[in-house]
Amino acid sequence: MKAIAWHGKHDVRVDTVDDPGIVNPRDCIIKVTSTAICGSDLHLYDGYIPTMQSGDILGHEFMGEVVEVGPKSTLQKGQRVVVPFTISCGSCYHCGKHQYSACDNGLPADNQDIAQELYGQPMAGLFGYSHMTGGYAGGQAEYVRVPFSDVGPIVIPDGVEDDKVLFLSDILPTGWMAAENADIEPGDTVAVWGCGPVGLFAVQSAFLMGAERVIAIDHFPNRLALAKRFGAETINFEETAVYEALMVMTGGIGPDAVIDSVGLEAHGFYVDNVLDQIKASTFLGTDRAHANRQAIIACRKGGRVSMPAVYGGFVDKWPLGAFMEKGLTLKTGQTHVQHYMPALLQAILEGKIDTEFLISHRMPLSEGPKGYKMFHDEQNDVTKIVLKPGLD
Amino acid sequence: MADQLLHQQSDDAPLATSKQRDAVERAKGSIPEATGTQITARAVTINRPVAEVYAHFRDFANFPGFMENVERIDVFDQRRSHWVVKAPAGGTVEWDARITEEEENRLLAWTSEEGAEVPNSGRVEFHDAGARGTVLVATILYDPPGGVIGKVIAKMFQREPAIQARRDLRRLKQLLETGEIATPAMNRKQFEEMGL
Repeated sequence: MKAIAWHGKHDVRVDTVDDPGIVNPRDCIIKVTSTAICGSDLHLYDGYIPTMQSGDILGHEFMGEVVEVGPKSTLQKGQRVVVPFTISCGSCYHCGKHQYSACDNGLPADNQDIAQELYGQPMAGLFGYSHMTGGYAGGQAEYVRVPFSDVGPIVIPDGVEDDKVLFLSDILPTGWMAAENADIEPGDTVAVWGCGPVGLFAVQSAFLMGAERVIAIDHFPNRLALAKRFGAETINFEETAVYEALMVMTGGIGPDAVIDSVGLEAHGFYVDNVLDQIKASTFLGTDRAHANRQAIIACRKGGRVSMPAVYGGFVDKWPLGAFMEKGLTLKTGQTHVQHYMPALLQAILEGKIDTEFLISHRMPLSEGPKGYKMFHDEQNDVTKIVLKPGLD
Repeated sequence: MADQLLHQQSDDAPLATSKQRDAVERAKGSIPEATGTQITARAVTINRPVAEVYAHFRDFANFPGFMENVERIDVFDQRRSHWVVKAPAGGTVEWDARITEEEENRLLAWTSEEGAEVPNSGRVEFHDAGARGTVLVATILYDPPGGVIGKVIAKMFQREPAIQARRDLRRLKQLLETGEIATPAMNRKQFEEMGL
């Protein structure tokens, strides 16, 4: 089959590889019909995530048709499913508490060593996202092996288009959980750093959860315009001093909750960010966290910090003092996708959440490498690329 | 009296996590007929009832199913067995083992017989953890193959008993909780190449 494989920094290719097959009893095989490139795939593309190996198949946002099932899968051939990006067993203590991304058993035993060393305890497996997260082949391919298919994939009713439901795999539940983690109360003002897909879904979710105002921060006019379309007020950080603007816009209080949906590759010319870039390029630190620092400084006293953004390693100059003195609360984590999927599918079907607005480009799987370059280089115009193996 | 030369422990932490040099000697006190100069300990919580976890562990014929390096275990009788284990850089090491203490659903202790290539002994405790299932605590004493240099080499090939023990216990947990062992292999062919 054809698959998009990582071969190094800014080097992804269409490889021809062996077809996947059933290995474990709970597996199924999906014939991919739609698969998106995620903002977090760009961290791989930029070589920011360790333990990638040449030839690794990318992709963790995908859906398709079930073509093969293991003896313990509960799916049936021919069903259309969206697959969560987290590989979770559904049987362990954490899955029992619906903390699916903290699953004990999604990671192969040998791959757990690195995560345990780095984080203290290993997390769930992820599709197509380095060997630290399991070394599983991803979904930017014609076919994928899906482990634990009896707990992960959600069946999509006939007649509902791929483009409407594809984002249940990651970014919609991630944006929703970001808003949930902000513990929004009616009347709140919520500030969202980053108007990528997760930030834009966080904007929609925050309003649905009762926020009175959402202030969205980015530097791409097109992305700010999308946030505005859902009712957010906007700040372009290239034109405006963000902290000062937020303080005036909130009557000197600061936002009640702040959401960092930027993550480890923050843009912008700020002293701390430049220092981080130098450190990251000399391996003294790994993550660039400017947006996160600014969010903590801007957040009102006693407010909430929600962090859906991906961080992998270490940061310094993190304003721990401000965090403590102001009595902030931080909630974060990889998304517990399986927990959110059923209700969000319902919300899409009822028209409460708009998903398709996000897709700026659709292309065949074979144009994946071009898609990566476009998404990386042209972030104003390219909001989301969906690859369709069927278009090849 | 040898005991008086040993440090007094001032906390409740497991001996295998001690930074004191005499921890191995002291840990031997809890393992009948202890043999081995290195110690490793590992705890794992398995979301299954203690009787089920104990029963699976007590049947040594199950071991090759989750212990990557165990090629074969011949069970002679209720107490005695013969172990064939993969060694670093190819080949195998073998030994006879004997159960020295057993308490159903609570405890299993063993030691290798005289003349073992990798002398080892240990104890595995099983605790009922209520809603969380079973806590299994393994303490293993062993002589690394070829002494300290052997241990370094074994580590390079990832056949060092301490590394192996933690991975094997994760696999046991996966098997009992999910009915299978997680693998990134894309298909059967890759799976055969990767091993357990």
